[in-house]
Amino acid sequence: MGRTMIQTEKLIYEYERRDEEGNVVGTSRAIDRVDLEAVEGQFIAILGHNGSGKSTLAKHMNAILVPTGGTMWVDGRNTKELEELWNVRQSAGMVFQNPDNQIIGTVVEEDVGFGPENLGVPTDEIWKRVEESLKAVGMISYRHHSPNKLSGGQKQRVAIAGVVAMEPKCIVLDEPTAMLDPVGRKEVLKTVQKLREKKGVTVILITHYMEEVIDADKIYVMDHGHIVMEGTPKEIFSRVDELKSYRLDVPQVTLLADELKKRGLAIPEGILRKEELVNYLCQLD
Amino acid sequence: MIRDITIGQYYPAKSVLHRLDPRVKLVSTLLYLISLFLFKSIPGYIMATLFLFGVIRVSKVPFKHIVKGLRAVVMLLMITVIFNLFLTRDGAVLFHKWIFTITEGGLRTAVYMTIRLIYLIIGSSLMTFTTTPNELTDGIEKLLYPLNKLHVPVHEVAMMMSIALRFIPILLEETDKIMKAQIARGADLESGNMIQRAKSMIPILVPLFVSAFRRANDLAMAMEARCYRGGEGRTKMNPLHYKTRDRIAYIVVIVYVIGVFFVGRYVPLGIWIF
Ligand SMILES: Nc1ncnc2c1ncn2[C@@H]1O[C@H](COP(=O)(O)OP(=O)(O)OP(=O)(O)O)[C@@H](O)[C@H]1O
Ligand SMILES: [Mg+2]
Repeated sequence: MGRTMIQTEKLIYEYERRDEEGNVVGTSRAIDRVDLEAVEGQFIAILGHNGSGKSTLAKHMNAILVPTGGTMWVDGRNTKELEELWNVRQSAGMVFQNPDNQIIGTVVEEDVGFGPENLGVPTDEIWKRVEESLKAVGMISYRHHSPNKLSGGQKQRVAIAGVVAMEPKCIVLDEPTAMLDPVGRKEVLKTVQKLREKKGVTVILITHYMEEVIDADKIYVMDHGHIVMEGTPKEIFSRVDELKSYRLDVPQVTLLADELKKRGLAIPEGILRKEELVNYLCQLD
Repeated sequence: MIRDITIGQYYPAKSVLHRLDPRVKLVSTLLYLISLFLFKSIPGYIMATLFLFGVIRVSKVPFKHIVKGLRAVVMLLMITVIFNLFLTRDGAVLFHKWIFTITEGGLRTAVYMTIRLIYLIIGSSLMTFTTTPNELTDGIEKLLYPLNKLHVPVHEVAMMMSIALRFIPILLEETDKIMKAQIARGADLESGNMIQRAKSMIPILVPLFVSAFRRANDLAMAMEARCYRGGEGRTKMNPLHYKTRDRIAYIVVIVYVIGVFFVGRYVPLGIWIF
């Protein structure tokens, strides 16, 4: 096992509810005693229905929010400590849902350079990093284009390049594919996988598409601010009924396998891929 | 409709003018605009014209494209002509009917003011044709940097400008979408008098503002997530340094301004206008 990249201990976050005059009238707990761990180089997936607290948790990994209770460590740094703020943000890059609202530059390469500029990286080094990151996400031929003229998937790849150029150890993606069509979705996920293989970055993928997480090293399922399930994809997907109770859409293959098993066919639990199911079905007599 | 306006939009080409330091272009444009008011005689106009056409040639921006940009300001030009033509009373009367009087001086002022205005617009749009918005904001930031000492937030203003430039097309598109959505719901945006039409804009403006604020919020978060913390300690991808061609350009412009001033004032050739 490698080094721990991200760790939370009994993490609690409460949003303040305010009345019209802006007085605090109460709090609502978006995250409740969450324990989570991601080891360097791992691919961690966080699943959950709308409003289950995924984004709130993600914002903690980048110190955009600091816990109201418990602790969050990013690469060994406590995010509550103010002097660590910029180190935390540099080691855990963040990609958001809406591709339009996170691109700052008017030209692709300018946007990718934005992060390194903020870090005070020397000019020559910025250009090197911009080129490398754009190559890594396969967008180098668009370097002089305006972001407004790119497709959603391409915009997200540019956003990912912008994070990669800051050389983070960990990339947190908060529903990066939610606003994309199936083609764009595949494009983005493939890019993320390639980055993990090539650069060894830790990937935290937040999503509610289950198909996207079958390659994960570990899956956490959230509901109402709690972590309600955790384990490998196989373990998680073998608990179909439980997943359904958290209003998650189980992949069709897994559903089919589960139904067949319930009817008495000898199929193991937690089937994730079509080929896998076909294989087992062919072995039956 | 709004998108057809070419004025102020970058025209990509490979010319010396495109490569010049944005500060040179900003200062030179300002100097050229001032120079248009330094002379009052025909030789001055000839010089200003020659200089402008020279710069257009060097810029490699097609003349047609520049003229297209002027179409957007035809109304403004017309108003200038009408006001100068009818309100200036100077010299012999050329035309008189009811309350309309055109004098020789009025005609002259109208013609020359129009020329000046056109040159002014062409001059400044040449700058925006050959400079990307980001170069422009970089240039403004660096030029105004001394104001930082007076606690003017120069970097922040420049950053705001460049973000505004990026979001103009996005917000235009959004306005379009909202308008279509409201029309689909039966909103009538076309008919009625001024007040009714202004009122019918409310269902468009409200969602537009809501979405703009949401975008602003998201963008601020994305910027912070990428370690943005103001101008301090920030490096530049394209730092501005004057090169030889920039110094030459400054000299050319200064020579032109001095030239136009003296030619306009002391060359006896031609008539005096005012
Ligand atoms: N700024 C806020 N102020 C108050 N409450 C908030 C705020 N943001 C989120 N919440 C609440 O916190 C809870 C968790 O929200 P969060 O955005 O983390 O969910 P999510 O899992 O990311 O959902 P989604 O799938 O819709 O993105 C929700 O009940 C939400 O209403
Ligand atoms: Mg969310």
